Amino acid sequence: MAVPTKLGSLADFAKGGVEVIDDDPRHYAFSNIFEVAAKSRPYEKVCVGKNIKNVLEAIRAEGTSPWYTASHDEAALVMDGEVEIHLVKLDQPAAREDQEGTTMLEGQPTGRKMGRIVARRGHMALLPKGSAYRFYADKPGVILFQTLLGPLTIERWGEICQR
Amino acid sequence: MAQAHEVNEQGYKIFKLGDFTFRRDEYFAHIGWPGGVHSISVENFLRALMRDVAWGFFYGTVSFDAVFGTTNHYGTVEVFVGLRNEAYWRNNKHFVQTFDSNQTTGIFKAILEDWTNEGFDPFAAPEETRIAFGPKHGSNRAAIERMRVTAKRMVGADGDATLRNDANGYKVNRQFAGYQPEKLEVHPEPGFENEVHAFDFFDYLMRSDVTWNPSVVSAVKHNLICATTEEYMLPVIHGNDRVEWFLQLSDQIDWLVYDGKTGKPRARVVAKAGDICAMPADIQHQGISPKRSMLLVWENGDSALPDLYASGKLKPYPVEF
Repeated sequence: MAVPTKLGSLADFAKGGVEVIDDDPRHYAFSNIFEVAAKSRPYEKVCVGKNIKNVLEAIRAEGTSPWYTASHDEAALVMDGEVEIHLVKLDQPAAREDQEGTTMLEGQPTGRKMGRIVARRGHMALLPKGSAYRFYADKPGVILFQTLLGPLTIERWGEICQR
Repeated sequence: MAQAHEVNEQGYKIFKLGDFTFRRDEYFAHIGWPGGVHSISVENFLRALMRDVAWGFFYGTVSFDAVFGTTNHYGTVEVFVGLRNEAYWRNNKHFVQTFDSNQTTGIFKAILEDWTNEGFDPFAAPEETRIAFGPKHGSNRAAIERMRVTAKRMVGADGDATLRNDANGYKVNRQFAGYQPEKLEVHPEPGFENEVHAFDFFDYLMRSDVTWNPSVVSAVKHNLICATTEEYMLPVIHGNDRVEWFLQLSDQIDWLVYDGKTGKPRARVVAKAGDICAMPADIQHQGISPKRSMLLVWENGDSALPDLYASGKLKPYPVEF
């Protein structure tokens, strides 16, 4: 009989850890994205992975987010819940070409509606360069976000990682 | 000069690469060099060789076991004995030769083709393949010539790597049969059909027909999300030349971590669904996955990194706190 596949969620996750033999657990920056999101405010972009200027962020999706954009592609992987993503093709880029990471827009974006995506657990959405996007989640969910280090990225390693 | 020599009494070709000699019998691969011989179960050897070839020697070092392996220098490759094992190099028992990468790939592919018997799939979980052992009988080119997927932006996006489904031969793996996919809705406005894109990442991954073979799913410049399904044991010990990260998407993998230079144990990292952790740039790691699990491997594809880590300009771990 096949063993059931175990997934995590905000409501139900189990955490492993670093069992040290001859090392410092901080070198592994070990955390759990559901635990991070459970302790975050809606749409805080909490860095859970950093590789020089590349980042992975854990985002608690809850309610309506601000509008965002970036000078490069970004990607959102829904790890828990249901997240609606609205996309607008901007008439003019709102992020400078040399600005990396996510930029928050003031107010509503100006441009044509591109469409919307309703993503649930396990679904990945492309957030194309040159677009503006906004998230909506009726109930709390979790997004793993692929982007570059930017002004909205929050680093709180000492709070989220095993010491 | 790489070349094939005679066929032995079990029917397998004997290969040479520089001063290395590779021969197999019914159960073992035997690697010879001017200072000695090292033997590896041929099943393990072929599983490791398959990854080394498919990954183009990957990032950094691919050790087949605690003794034999390769280190990628992106154009050339070191083939070594004992270089990551303190007992060997401290006693001057190690042996290293550097070859052109294409030359080495050629001889490694030839070994794979000749030594892989009918029915044995070195990419498959042990329960999903016939055995590697015995005298030479047939071949399995279809299994060893799979193309590694590399998405340019995102799998399934316009003009990019294709999705997996029943129709193109990718069925949901037996160990994910009980998973119920969620409904994905994509509603593009007219004219944006090729720009509004999302796909079922979990479904894509659950249909993978290989194990321990990360492939690029989503790319943001050098920020590469790779995905793979894992079952049984990573058939190599990987010593990366940069920091990489693992996000466990389902089930559990335990990572056995060794020092990159000495091979001595440093840690065991237990990763459950939702856990994320870095693998420092100065370690080697090997994962075990008792049940087929989904793993997100997160890489930085910047080619400048190996020199920055090797020179000490970057610390081997990613963050300080």
